[in-house]
Amino acid sequence: MLHPLIAPDPAYVLLPKQGNSVSVGSVAQEAPAAAPRVAARRAGVAAWAPYLQVTPLTALFLLFLAVPIVTIVVVSFWDYDTVRVIPDMLLTNYRELLESPVTWRTYGNTLRYATMVWALTLAIGFAVAYFLAFHVQSVTWQMALFLLCTIPFWTSNIIRMISWIPFLGRNGLLNTTLIDLGVIREPLEFLLFSDFAVVLAYVHLYALFMVVPIFNSMMRIDRSLIEAARDAGASGSQIVRHVVLPLCKPGIAIGSIFVVTLVMGDFVTVRLMSGGQSASVGLMMANAMSLLQYPAAAANAVVLLLVVLAMVAGMLRIVDIRREL
Amino acid sequence: MANPAKLELIALTKRYGPVVAVDSINLVVPPGAYCCLLGPSGCGKTSTLRMIAGHEDASDGDILLGKDNITDLPPARRGTAMMFQSYALFPHLDCVDNVAFSLRMKGVAKAERRARAMELLRLVQMETYAARLPTQLSGGQQQRVALARALITDPGVLLLDEPLSALDPFLRVRMREELKRWQTKLGITFVHVTHSQEEAMALADLVVVMTHGRIEQAAPPREIFNHPGSAFVARFIGGHNVLAAKIDAAAGAPVAVLEGGARLALPRDAAMRGADVHLAIRADRANLASGAAPPDMSLRGAVRAIEYLGAQVEVALAVPGTDGFVVALPEQRFFADPVSIGQAATVSWALEDIHVIAS
Repeated sequence: MLHPLIAPDPAYVLLPKQGNSVSVGSVAQEAPAAAPRVAARRAGVAAWAPYLQVTPLTALFLLFLAVPIVTIVVVSFWDYDTVRVIPDMLLTNYRELLESPVTWRTYGNTLRYATMVWALTLAIGFAVAYFLAFHVQSVTWQMALFLLCTIPFWTSNIIRMISWIPFLGRNGLLNTTLIDLGVIREPLEFLLFSDFAVVLAYVHLYALFMVVPIFNSMMRIDRSLIEAARDAGASGSQIVRHVVLPLCKPGIAIGSIFVVTLVMGDFVTVRLMSGGQSASVGLMMANAMSLLQYPAAAANAVVLLLVVLAMVAGMLRIVDIRREL
Repeated sequence: MANPAKLELIALTKRYGPVVAVDSINLVVPPGAYCCLLGPSGCGKTSTLRMIAGHEDASDGDILLGKDNITDLPPARRGTAMMFQSYALFPHLDCVDNVAFSLRMKGVAKAERRARAMELLRLVQMETYAARLPTQLSGGQQQRVALARALITDPGVLLLDEPLSALDPFLRVRMREELKRWQTKLGITFVHVTHSQEEAMALADLVVVMTHGRIEQAAPPREIFNHPGSAFVARFIGGHNVLAAKIDAAAGAPVAVLEGGARLALPRDAAMRGADVHLAIRADRANLASGAAPPDMSLRGAVRAIEYLGAQVEVALAVPGTDGFVVALPEQRFFADPVSIGQAATVSWALEDIHVIAS
């Protein structure tokens, strides 16, 4: 490499091209004459080819997203009696829903579950991802342990939930073991059919949804940033707080969106693990549907959709996840 | 700024399992020197730098900085600061917060640390970019911020890990100049890892050529170029024709015999260097002789390639008994008496331009 004083300046190198006006000019003059002819020949195909290309995705969205949502919104304004739904344009479903204290209590309860599960899965997810990304040194082990995390997902949600019942029940494994060890005298009642059981099952079901995006974010952190922080005298906890955590925000946001939307819409877990003692919005809708009150369920679904969308929008306001997608 | 301190490596060794990356090296870097660790990839130069920085534990040996043994100290307490290969600026922090990071870790109050950071940004003429994120800066600007961040701890030694490799060639030369200017201005010791001999020559007061975890030669650049200590150094530094030869002890005056049987005259002190040697002849000191040249100070071969480089023309000859011979001629002299590819030519040199390297 020559010294810049004697090296060719890139600006100079480009100059001859700009100065070569004769050939540039002649090409420019020929172009307008040729262009319309080519354009005319192509117009037949070219005009609608892009639309053709987006058709499959559009059809998919229409069929599986737009149509169902529009249906739900439409049905939410309909009337119903005990045996049928009647097409109509009423606000009764919404009024009944929003005026009922049960609705507010149920939404409150669902939000409480969502908050607790979010906090717990975040703590667990961050810890597991941090361990996988920063403490496990070999890629082989990293992948092996990561796959280990996904093993529970090889069975169905219901089975994973039901397996807690013989473990947590009044005469379940945990209670009998604790009694045998002399730790407790009476079986612990709060273990099953309680909020504890519901949250435990949720955390068990959804922790991986937090682990994966956070792990992904962490793997993208340039290791030299960690060294740079250490070079600047940061302790282990300072590195986590000032470098790892801020750089994981998009992963945390994506994980949070998964967990919150899943918990907000769930009804099976609450029904099974609370033994019918707690309610969630999803359960409320399931109950309405079992009574054939589809319009009422639809109105509830629309409200839930708006609430969840508002929550997701709030999260996206705080964290920019585009970097991660 | 902190006082520059003498950096000393004593039998410093790094092993990764059975692999020895750095093999018991000894080095003294005088205070305030610009030292370049130069070598091909995998030669141990980066491991050495990382051991000095404290990002890699030394398997054996000691690192002294001034009077202190810093071998086992954590990175931040060594009095060294590191500038990383791609600068490793924190992407979520703006320039001021990047520079102020280490003060923040020490718990310095916000106003105070930002004021100090602005001072350093002013030093590197980046104060107008204080609120920018690293991704909004060019490579050269990032380097300046990285430098400011490294300097905020008042290091006695600044460690630079291939700092110019992330830049495009034009910027590289500009930032190279800037690095040297800052080093002179700050007066602290710089240890700079590079695989570019040109970079090392341009910057260093002390060039340390490494290969296979060992130091081949540590000397000022001029010394390295004029008196390469080994055939590896002569080849790696470039600009040299390196010929394997045997010394004929029976002859009266020292004579080297090439593989093909050609006999070359050597300077008087050369005979002491042993039987198997390498001869290094600088490409720019050799000449294409049109007329008769003394046979013991010339070689004949066919012209294999001609490269016009502007100021110089490099003529490569296929010479029997060697891997080839390159002559770098000033443009004018080449065109005064040009040769063409395939033509036979004689390359000659003066007796004092042949440099004998002991094997």
